[in-house]
Amino acid sequence: MATTLLRTPLYDRHVSLGAKMVPFAGWEMPVQYDGVIQEHRAVRADAGAFDVSHMGELEVEGPRAHKFLQGLLANDLDRIEPGQAQYTLLTNEQGGIVDDLIAYRLGERRYLLVVNAANRDADFRWLKEREGPGSDVRDISDEYALIAVQGPRSLERLELPAAPAFSFAEGAVGSVPCMVARTGYTGELGVELLVMNEDALRLWDEVMARGVHPCGLGARDTLRLEVCYPLHGNDITPETDAISAALGWVCALDKDFTGVRELRAIKERGPERRLSAFVMEERAIPRQGMAIVEGGEVTSGTHSPMLERGIGLGYVTADRAAPGTAITIDVRGRPRAARIAKKPIYRRKDKEG
Amino acid sequence: MAGTESYPTDLRYHREHDWVRIADGEATLGITWFAQDSLGELVHYEPPEAGTTVTKDASYGEVESVKAVSDLIAPVSGEVLEVNAKVVDAPETVNEDPYGDGWLVRIALSDSSEIETLMEAAEYERFVADQ
Repeated sequence: MATTLLRTPLYDRHVSLGAKMVPFAGWEMPVQYDGVIQEHRAVRADAGAFDVSHMGELEVEGPRAHKFLQGLLANDLDRIEPGQAQYTLLTNEQGGIVDDLIAYRLGERRYLLVVNAANRDADFRWLKEREGPGSDVRDISDEYALIAVQGPRSLERLELPAAPAFSFAEGAVGSVPCMVARTGYTGELGVELLVMNEDALRLWDEVMARGVHPCGLGARDTLRLEVCYPLHGNDITPETDAISAALGWVCALDKDFTGVRELRAIKERGPERRLSAFVMEERAIPRQGMAIVEGGEVTSGTHSPMLERGIGLGYVTADRAAPGTAITIDVRGRPRAARIAKKPIYRRKDKEG
Repeated sequence: MAGTESYPTDLRYHREHDWVRIADGEATLGITWFAQDSLGELVHYEPPEAGTTVTKDASYGEVESVKAVSDLIAPVSGEVLEVNAKVVDAPETVNEDPYGDGWLVRIALSDSSEIETLMEAAEYERFVADQ
């Protein structure tokens, strides 16, 4: 099956920085520049930049846009005002997770949804099939690039003002205009910069000129796993419900949205299994698909550069989900001891709020 | 992190990117500069146990980077005399010095004629150039 991989506006910059390019969700993306571990540590200690332009941007606008999304998204949009964003889920009738995303409230009647690259088309269809008069859904992904700048020194290096997490505003880095959102996927202080394609190169160059370390998808994965952010397609899928995925905190079960009845019922009776974080007690690196001997499966696993141990996320039976519980990972036939950890596995030192 | 690309002429090479150094009926095994460069920084070494037997062309252990797991393929057969404990503790040693401190196991050769099936440095270098 021959398919043409898509390239972001920053492709040439990645190549000239010596990035190793790999296929990801139909895109040709940098997995690393000079090493996953080095990039990971740059984000934890200073600041790193990620090209995440492959992610999808869907705009929903109209007098009924708010009500329309309230009926489809798990979190409560009444909790945010224009200029604020919210982590939320698109759920199916079974309470399964069609996608996880960030909803940005652009105005009273206008939202921007930043969705996973692999789900962009499915999300767009999901919304389009359900939209009614008074709400218009548009896929504007092809018009925008997205650059995440993350790390304790990110704002300082970009000369951006401090702002509350999950707020956003029109702004600029140097002279390049962009939407500056205080969001990210690393657990660090940071921003995501949404920029028109034609300004993307100038913005990237501006970010690089300020000493921010270029980082690939490899470090993005190790960073998000240390802070236990789930990855759609691995840890959460349309077949896994939000309660079992430990995402009950993003489900406003007191409002009406797709799958809410099923989610209430699962919460009421208690999920049979729970998405839990674990840390290896023995030397071994857990990987997606490995069995948890006591019952369950690893959905994401890696080597933690901060703990210098194997870490992972996986579904375990509810009786094994408490932090401190001993579990065993089947590492290609070798049983290796691990222990359920309190989330996040790694907590940054300057954690606000 | 790693030194520059090199393929020492005193070693023999297997097409799975493993090297062997022979001295006094003993063989020291490791992975090549090309292998460590392809994998990236190593974060785990799963060694065989001392006293077990490794078989030419078969896996005798694993090394892992953050993103990938790779089988270690024995270029020659023999009994494991010693595992490099330094690499177990600090797998990145392989990246820093793949032919020196980053060796993986020392074995007692069971059939020295197996050496003849392996590539010399110049041949291996041409082989990796085509990869």
